[in-house]
Amino acid sequence: MFGALRIMVRRDLLLALRRRAEVANVLLFFVLVASLFPLGVGPDANLLRSVAPGVIWVAALLASLLGLSRMFAADYADGTLEQMLLSSTPLGLIVVAKVLAHWLVTGLPLVVLAPLLALQFDLPADVLPVLVASLALGTPALTLVGAIGAALTLGVRGASVLTALLVLPLYVPVLILGATAAEAAAGGIGAQAHLLLLAAFLVLAAAFAPLAVAAALRISAE
Amino acid sequence: MLEALALDCIRGERTLFSRLSFTLARGSLLRVTGPNGSGKTSLLRILCGLAEPADGEVRWAGTAIRRSREEYSRQLVYLGHANGVKDELTARENLEIACVLCGLAASEDSRSAALAQLGLEACADLPVRLLSQGQRRRVALARLPLAAASPLWVLDEPFTALDADAVAGTEALMRAQLRAGGSVVLTSHQDVAIAADAAQTVELGG
Repeated sequence: MFGALRIMVRRDLLLALRRRAEVANVLLFFVLVASLFPLGVGPDANLLRSVAPGVIWVAALLASLLGLSRMFAADYADGTLEQMLLSSTPLGLIVVAKVLAHWLVTGLPLVVLAPLLALQFDLPADVLPVLVASLALGTPALTLVGAIGAALTLGVRGASVLTALLVLPLYVPVLILGATAAEAAAGGIGAQAHLLLLAAFLVLAAAFAPLAVAAALRISAE
Repeated sequence: MLEALALDCIRGERTLFSRLSFTLARGSLLRVTGPNGSGKTSLLRILCGLAEPADGEVRWAGTAIRRSREEYSRQLVYLGHANGVKDELTARENLEIACVLCGLAASEDSRSAALAQLGLEACADLPVRLLSQGQRRRVALARLPLAAASPLWVLDEPFTALDADAVAGTEALMRAQLRAGGSVVLTSHQDVAIAADAAQTVELGG
């Protein structure tokens, strides 16, 4: 059964590799949005330092939203989704594989790029590990929750806007915890509580989102 | 044994068929015919459990399929209207994924043999987007030689875009499946040259 998980993850990574442009778009979007703020807000170092975690988090959130629609759309269009629904491998496990591959391709690079972007905001070096940790815990949760929205809106016209409307309210707790973690670290309070809450949110999403996605896919495919 | 009990199918406002019942024994073939839009694909999707009938029930070996979904999936090979083939992957990679999804335990060699049987050995390592429609269909059909252990095949227009050789080859696969005691459900606009002992036809629409 876990052999199937490995092969499905490998398949999605291979597909992403052969459709590099789509993945690159998400990353480029993240870099551009985060870079617009220093240009728009002006070179006031104190202001930039204080908005940095929030801006980077919002940019990461929007970038992860941008990639959501491609999670199931191609499989739905070419009939692979039907094969997944009829698979002897439990659908929840296939969903886990797809979400994991999606995060490795569109979430993990955001985590890696964030410290570089933080340079533009002159974020103190001791806050960077907290920012990275909050993104490493937060972006998988965003992908898991987003997958529910993507599965529900499958095959609907204007799916990407609808997905955003469904999913953004659910992103709010992650955004608040993630952005304030870095701020707390900068203020010297310590970010442990924020990071633990983010981890709890991630565990909760990992436990329940695959089941919700599986149910949503069955409804959408009918 | 596959049983359909008083199936109703409603799409939008239209009733496609109602009170449709049949029984498909082991080793027999069911051909679903009817004009475009008469509900052939809908019937096949209901038989697979991809769609719910408005009323009625599908049973496999006496158990309603919605109650034993994973167990039933293990017995079933479904070839849909869409090929379920990824353009970016090669024929070989596509077949490997298809086998994993179907739960078919097939070795590398047996997959190569299946591709050769469908006449794809020359293009097995090309991305599928470079292949013709008929060749893509063959990639999707390459699962069948490996699915001898699956007692039920449900095939939606398997012959679409295939040339005469490939049609004959696919018919031979079905004959072998029927001889081995498996069942086949298919829709087709072409006449099927399969002399099964127990062939039946369900005609929809009209």
